[in-house]
Amino acid sequence: KTSFNCIFNVSFSLRFKPFRRRPLPAQRKYMRSPLTPEMATQEVQLNETLAHLKTESETLKSKLEEERAKLHDVELHQVAEKVEGLGQFVMKTRRTLKGHGNKVLCMDWCKDKRRIVSSSQDGKVIVWDAFTTNKEHAVTMPCTWVMACAYAPSGCAVACGGLDNKCSVYPLSLDKNENLAAKKKSVAMHTNYLSACSFTNSDMQILTSSGDGTCALWDVESGQLLQSFHGHAADVLCLDLAPSETGNTFVSGGCDKKANVWDMRSGQCIQSFETHESDINSVRYYPSGDAFASGSDDATCRLYDLRADREVAIYSKESIIFGVSSVDFSLSGRLLFGGYNDYTINVWDVLKGTRVSILFGHENRVSTLRVSPDGTAFCTGSWDHTLRIWA
Amino acid sequence: MSGSTNIIAMKKVVQQLRFEAGINRVKVSQAAADLQQFCLQNAQQDPLLTGMSSSNNPFRPQKVCSFL
Repeated sequence: KTSFNCIFNVSFSLRFKPFRRRPLPAQRKYMRSPLTPEMATQEVQLNETLAHLKTESETLKSKLEEERAKLHDVELHQVAEKVEGLGQFVMKTRRTLKGHGNKVLCMDWCKDKRRIVSSSQDGKVIVWDAFTTNKEHAVTMPCTWVMACAYAPSGCAVACGGLDNKCSVYPLSLDKNENLAAKKKSVAMHTNYLSACSFTNSDMQILTSSGDGTCALWDVESGQLLQSFHGHAADVLCLDLAPSETGNTFVSGGCDKKANVWDMRSGQCIQSFETHESDINSVRYYPSGDAFASGSDDATCRLYDLRADREVAIYSKESIIFGVSSVDFSLSGRLLFGGYNDYTINVWDVLKGTRVSILFGHENRVSTLRVSPDGTAFCTGSWDHTLRIWA
Repeated sequence: MSGSTNIIAMKKVVQQLRFEAGINRVKVSQAAADLQQFCLQNAQQDPLLTGMSSSNNPFRPQKVCSFL
């Protein structure tokens, strides 16, 4: 390894995130100019209204906390005391996918449970057959840091984007010799980097999140913006769609430490959770759709129940001090897998709140983690340039 | 005037808070019981939880066949 790589890898305290911004300032300063008496009166009136609104906002925030606290009659792990504990888990790396020339940033499974798309800092997007570890397709993006990629539900296309501020869709050809880049379709346009993307139930719509602080829903065919979602005060880093049975909502997490649940049709934020102490890097719905988990730079994973409208569990240990980059549930929701910046994967008992296993193997940060569609395995991608399949 | 922009922004914040304060909530005990029930009901169908045998899991190494 070159000494440059060593410098990057050695300093654990580096929380490197490209182009991360501080929260937007809440107010702009008044412009200085001489005030006429009329303007002075107007300004006083505006100030009073502003103060009045601020007071109301504080009152409502307290009321919200009160309402949530009233229903907090027990902890999840207390309810789960009588549940049988989990035994020892034997999970090992079963496949290693090598081929990326730089950090793997994102991956997604195909619905066929064997194909995987992954994207990397070197601008390459690769489609693999996870059973055989063969590469089936490769595309070179015009930008580096391809932070997001997703497989279309049909398995016939992939979407990706990153520092180019766009999300592009590439139809996958059966002809391996065909140049995929020629058929590329630009769908989403943001004003800052693309952090995550996901197809909805069909190949026709894509949901994106961006460093510009917004999420957006796009029509793939026309590239038209169907709905935009405003409410985060800083970069949005992740999103996840609710399981189809639960309806048209999705959750997003950002650098403002908030996780927001959105109505896809109206664009409204319907619930908001702010208990993390740092950036939320990953959000994932519980399989029933009634809750979601989050992973953060504050080294914890948390579970939020949507019907109780509050955090119901924290997954943390004093010995775990590095940020969580990515989380996902096993099929039944009993296990929560977390990929961490200290190169490990921690496996948590969702109900009891305890760690059941710690997995080693990657030689650098785990940056992305997804369980396969049929729950037989999970895949991790890492800054060590590889992907691993665990089962 | 930047003053009225602030007011518009604050009005949106207050509106959003009013909406959030008004939603229906259930007790944590109820919500937790439902989460638990879902886990237990689906536990048998969870391969990573139950640890599928090698013959069923496509990723686990299979017994080697030998040609006679």
